[in-house]
Order: sequence, then structure tokens, then C-alpha cells
Amino acid sequence: MKDEYIKISNLQKTYYTGSGPVKVLKGIDLTVRKGEIFGIIGFSGVGKSTLARCINRLENPDCGSIIVGGVDILKLSKKELLRERRKIGMIFQAFNLFEAKTVYRNISYPLEISGIPRREIKKRVMEAAELVGLSDKLEAYPEGLSGGQKQRVGIARALVNKPDLLLSDEATSALDPQTTLQILDLLKEINRTTGITILMITHELDAIRYTCERMAVLEDGKIIETGYVRDIFSNPHSRTGSIFTRVYTEFQRTAALEYGGGI
Amino acid sequence: MSLLDTPLWKVIKGSFAPEIWERIAPAIWDTLYMTVLSSLIMLIVGLFIGILLAVTNPAGLMPMKALYSAFGWIINCLRSLPQMIMIILMIPVARFFFGKSYGTNACIIAIAASCIPMYARIVESSLLEISRGKIEAAKSMGSTNIQIIFRVLLPETIPSLVRGYTVAIIAVISMTALAGMFGAGGIGDIAVRFGYQRFQHDVLFATIYVLVILVQIVQWTGNLISKHMLKKRNLI
Repeated sequence: MKDEYIKISNLQKTYYTGSGPVKVLKGIDLTVRKGEIFGIIGFSGVGKSTLARCINRLENPDCGSIIVGGVDILKLSKKELLRERRKIGMIFQAFNLFEAKTVYRNISYPLEISGIPRREIKKRVMEAAELVGLSDKLEAYPEGLSGGQKQRVGIARALVNKPDLLLSDEATSALDPQTTLQILDLLKEINRTTGITILMITHELDAIRYTCERMAVLEDGKIIETGYVRDIFSNPHSRTGSIFTRVYTEFQRTAALEYGGGI
Repeated sequence: MSLLDTPLWKVIKGSFAPEIWERIAPAIWDTLYMTVLSSLIMLIVGLFIGILLAVTNPAGLMPMKALYSAFGWIINCLRSLPQMIMIILMIPVARFFFGKSYGTNACIIAIAASCIPMYARIVESSLLEISRGKIEAAKSMGSTNIQIIFRVLLPETIPSLVRGYTVAIIAVISMTALAGMFGAGGIGDIAVRFGYQRFQHDVLFATIYVLVILVQIVQWTGNLISKHMLKKRNLI
């Protein structure tokens, strides 16, 4: 067994809504290796985002365990959790940039809150900005940028602390196909040069096929299939297969609506 | 000059007479003094309580139901008091602090007590406007709650906070006029003594000009500042 970087076992999560409890994760077991890009695919509402958000404990699961790089995430104290979160970067579908701050201050924020000296901050922000190709936009405000540029800022902000793990929660789902491809290329490039482990949550089949080595299929709070992307795509489990067709037709339909043509 | 025996246009013309403005000048100063001081107290205390409300709100950063309900209840009680009753209620408090229950300083207490709860609610609603995603992003980077409040929540919502503060200052100005009836001095006092009790409508008109101009300046400044920030951030 190659080293298990993330090991999730029997993870369960229930939301308490007005109309009663809803069990979103029904016992997830998952292993991600160090340095790989791992994809998790599923429809919206099957618990993909919840799963990602349990890993940095934006959500607290009911039970189970999550080990990241030997650290038991669910047993951390508040203070330890803050320190651990600084080692886990996260990017979002809605980018979630700080509109009141320039691109520079957005990227420097994670360093500022950990009390790193100003000169060191400057150096690392410059590096991160260069990595994502935004060195000329540092004084701009996020709202003046295109979607792709915004996500680049998000990536730089997530990477500036030199994390070991990057959680990508539908990071390309708000972008057009061409920009999606550029962002995916960027993620692949960063993975190759820094060896960072990337956990990619998405409902886009093409994004997974293009980027990931291994993947898991999530349905109704459970993982129904996991393995190498090429194996799953060439010979999907019957239920996975039906999900693929459904996802794909849905994808084409929205693509046709949004961009006036097939892909 | 009174509207009872003088035509309107003559009263209006008379309201620009220098002797009237000489009489009003110290009152303008009193009103400005009350407005500035009350607004400052309101800003500090109201902002603090507003942050507390937004943070402990069920949809906030650290939901604390009991504390939020308690604060909410107190604020609602204070807000349900008409301003006039608040002024009367604060008389003993003012006497305790200043040794007398009248004058500009004494009324600042009543004005602050009345406007702080309102401003706290305005602050709360401004702070809750922030998208959950930004808070989550800040959390995911390992921010402490204090860091989120001061480095994300407040900077992100400043344009809205400025607009809210503008509204609150205008409420303060209108309350200084009311306080004039209860020995606070200022423009309201002039309007009551001359305009109401002595039918000197030219003086009354002059006080109206002052109040209108004052409110316009505040509103215009507030709009200018918040627009400037939004423009800088490319949000408009």
C-alpha cells in the first residue's frame, strides 16, 4: 500500500433541518494517496461538499475518523484546528474572495493572520501570484477581474501558506469550458511542481477525466465505486454508468442552454 | 414677524435678516456640538453592540441563543420608548453624571440612549449582509473569530455601515431638535421659544433652513464616502 495521506473511515453527518434530520453522509470510507489528484464526483445534494468541508472541519461530522498526514482532524483542539487549517488550502465555486481587499491583500491574508513578517509576506505573495500568472493584477480589486482570474486569486490565496493539501469544492463549476480547462491545467501544473495533494469535488465528468488519477463516485451519502479514472470510465459499475449518463446529458443540456451549442 | 399678520413672502424675506442669524448662531453651535458628540458615542457603543448582535445571531459567527435573545429583548424595549419619554427618563441619569438635568451635555445622554439601540440594529443587519462564503473562506484559512470580525466582516461591509451611520446621524439631528424642548438648547430650543411661543415665524423658517442644510450635508457626505468605496472596489 502506497502511503495513505488522507484516510477517512465510517464518516457520518446529519443535518437537522426544519423538516427533520437529513443524513447526508452515511458512512464514507476513503483513502487518498500523497501527491495525487483525487476526484469525487456526484450529483448536487449527495454530500460531496459536506465531505470536503468535514476534512477541514467547516462541518463537524457525527462520527467516524479523518486522518490527514497522520493528524486525527476530529480530535484536534480549537487552537490545533486553526493551525491545521493553515496547512489545508481550499478553493470554492463562488471564489469567496474578499471584495474589500486588493488581489495582493487577498493573497497575503492567510500569511497576515499567522503573523509572518512583512518582508517574508511580500516575497511569498509575489511567488504565489507568479505561479498563477497574476503578477500584473496585484493592485486590482477582485470585482474587476474575470471569473478565471478570480479563481486564480483563490488558488494563490489557498497556496500561499504552502499547504500539503488543496480542497477544491466545485472550483471550476462557475467557469466557461475554456477557462475551466485553463484552471485545470494550472492545478495539474501545481500538483506536478509542488507535489501537493489535491482533492477535487465536482459534478463535471470531463473535469475529473482530464485532471484526476483516481476517483470515487458518491451517491446518496455513500461511495459506490472507487478506483483509477481510466478503469472506471472504460468499465463503469452499472450504477456508476447510469450516473455518468445522467450527469453527461444534464451537462450537455446546460451547456447547450448556456453556450448555445454542444461540447 | 408672524404669519398671522404678515404675508408669507415677507416672512421668508425677513428670515434672512442678519439679526435673526446672530441670534441663531450660538444655537447652531449647540446643535452641532450635541450632534457630533452623540454621534460619536452612538458610533462606539452602537458598533460594539451591533457586532455582538451579529456575531451571536443564530446565523452569525458564534451563535449564542441566550445572549442574543437577552440583548435583542433589551434593545427592543429601549426602541419601543418614544424619544420624548427617553429624554424624561434620562433626566435623573444626567443629574447623576453632570449634577444638572438640563443643558447640552445632559441631553447627549438621552440622545445616545435613544439612538444607540437603533444604530446597533442597523449595524447588525449590515454585518449579516456578508456572504457566508467569505466567512467560510476566512475560516478555512485558519482565522480566529476575532480576525474574521476585524479583518473580514468589518472591512467587507464598511460601505453599508457608512450608509447606516448616515441614517443614524440624521436621526440624532432630529432628536437634538426635540431635546431643545427639554432644556438642551440648540436649534430646537430656538424653534420652540421663538417660532411656537412667540409666533416669530421668520426665526422658525431660519431654523428650518439650518436643519435642512445640516441633514443634506450629512446625507451627501455619507453617500459620497460609500460610493467612493464601492467604486474603488469595482462594485458599482
